[in-house]
Amino acid sequence: MAETSSTVQHGDGGTRRDFLELVTWATVGVGTAALAWPLIDQMNPSADVLALASTEVDLSKIPEGSAIKVMWRGKPVFVRHRTPAEIAAAEAVPLSELRDPEPDGARVKKPEWLIMVGVCTHLGCIPLGTATGEPKGEYGGWFCPCHGSHYDTSGRIRKGPAPTNLPVPTYTFLSDTLVRIG
Amino acid sequence: MASDVEPLVLKSPTLRWIEHRLPLIGFGYQHLVAYQTPRNLSYWWNFGSLAGICLMLQIATGIVLAMHYTPHVAHAFDSVEHIMRDVNWGWFLRYAHANGASMFFIVVYIHVFRGLYYGSYKAPRELLWMLGVVILFLMMATAFMGYVLPWGQMSFWGATVITNLFSAVPLFGESIVTWLWGGFSVDNPTLQRFYSLHYLLPFVIVGVVFLHLVALHTHGSNNPVGIDLTKKDKIPFHPYYTVKDMFGLAVFFIVFAGFVFFAPNMLGHPDNYIPANPLVTPPHIVPEWYFLPFYAILRAITFDIFWIIPAKLGGVIAMFASIGVLFFLPWLDTSRVRSARYRPIYRIFFWLLVVDCFILGYVGANPPEGFLVTLGLLATIWYFAHFLVILPILGKLERPLPVPESLSRPVLGSGLAAAPAE
Repeated sequence: MAETSSTVQHGDGGTRRDFLELVTWATVGVGTAALAWPLIDQMNPSADVLALASTEVDLSKIPEGSAIKVMWRGKPVFVRHRTPAEIAAAEAVPLSELRDPEPDGARVKKPEWLIMVGVCTHLGCIPLGTATGEPKGEYGGWFCPCHGSHYDTSGRIRKGPAPTNLPVPTYTFLSDTLVRIG
Repeated sequence: MASDVEPLVLKSPTLRWIEHRLPLIGFGYQHLVAYQTPRNLSYWWNFGSLAGICLMLQIATGIVLAMHYTPHVAHAFDSVEHIMRDVNWGWFLRYAHANGASMFFIVVYIHVFRGLYYGSYKAPRELLWMLGVVILFLMMATAFMGYVLPWGQMSFWGATVITNLFSAVPLFGESIVTWLWGGFSVDNPTLQRFYSLHYLLPFVIVGVVFLHLVALHTHGSNNPVGIDLTKKDKIPFHPYYTVKDMFGLAVFFIVFAGFVFFAPNMLGHPDNYIPANPLVTPPHIVPEWYFLPFYAILRAITFDIFWIIPAKLGGVIAMFASIGVLFFLPWLDTSRVRSARYRPIYRIFFWLLVVDCFILGYVGANPPEGFLVTLGLLATIWYFAHFLVILPILGKLERPLPVPESLSRPVLGSGLAAAPAE
């Protein structure tokens, strides 16, 4: 029956049936992947979540020496108005002392404004040290209560289990007192 | 012609170790590869596996839609629009789910009518058939509750009308409806329980489908000739019917994709894009197309029956009975010949029933005015007469054509396309 056509040899030895099988499975594979992708991609952030992905901060209400937390993409961002002493301390640290070497100048756009994502790079807790009265750790920056990571006045990891510095988000100064994060 | 299937031989020691303890591969091999299938199945036999695939697709798309939907009267409508506009591929998933329900019903209705034509419900397949009726009933409940979830005008008023059916129950009617609603009208408690049940029932359907398949594989598929086949008239399921089912699936997907991508709202109602408003009923309430014949039967009873059953209760009873009567079909049809191929008169009545169902659908889709009221009543009477009067009598009176003994020994002049190879 069908064997007659399937055994006819073409060119390099592949049969017509081999070719059909290959094409069928390729189509099934591509088709399944194309169908599966919407089912997977639907779990990625939706358009309305992405639309809320930036936050504007009014800096005029943050006096020197204090800091605030703002929400950005569901996470806290620390905005700290640093004193000249804190800036000097951050700039004076030799890079060789740092676990994740980064000069202070690479972490700020204007030295008096330190803007970082306030999520400990160890396991995601919020380090203390933003509000007045909270422990700032041994280096005058932040201290994470979960597993004891200490960050300095530039948000760099100095002691404890966290592997990297607090990350700096993308931000732009819209004016001297207004900054847009994200 | 009959090809013996090689027994399953596992080469890998690991697989043999597993198989010895948990014989899953052997189970799959037995039921999807070696399973003996009639060699004369036509394309009408594709719709069972298609229905199974529809069920899987509905579950897959439904699970992901549930990740974005909010079952609350204040958020349901907006969350559906959120799915349509914001969620990645949300429009595709929702249209695939909504049109998938319609496709599921088309496939299942064809599957049911195939069973009716070829007598697939007759001994020894009565329970197979009855489990199928249970599946149909569960599908209807699931589809109805799913249609309520978007919380548009048709959702709300459809839910109101259908739940009010139960108020026709004597004595306890009002209490039952209040209990169904969780309040004194269709409202948030109703929406939340419908959501819960809409998620649950498909998995109940999966369970009944499993039983349906157990019953099917006990005596094997019926076939267009309707006789019990011997081994030489059977072929293994794989590759013969895996390939045939895959081809049918590809054709089905073309139709399905046509709806999803080019006419996604053709089978829906524009009114359901208006948020639910308990103070305004749309001028013309109609259910989804797959419920129209039943809706027509519901509305056909406009008079009290025997002075005992009020019209409202009569309509509700008739509607449920229109499905319930199918449970008794294996015993209502008294003919011992399965396939309509050999029942020339039954064949006529089969097609009359098909036409009758389309008439009921047409009546259900249009406002109950004038001539359509009478037409709906006549079509309803015909529907029940088909099962309750015609089939029992026809089985006794009809003289069937000679039925062949086997596929390779056809009766002369029977029109059977199994002539010996030239």
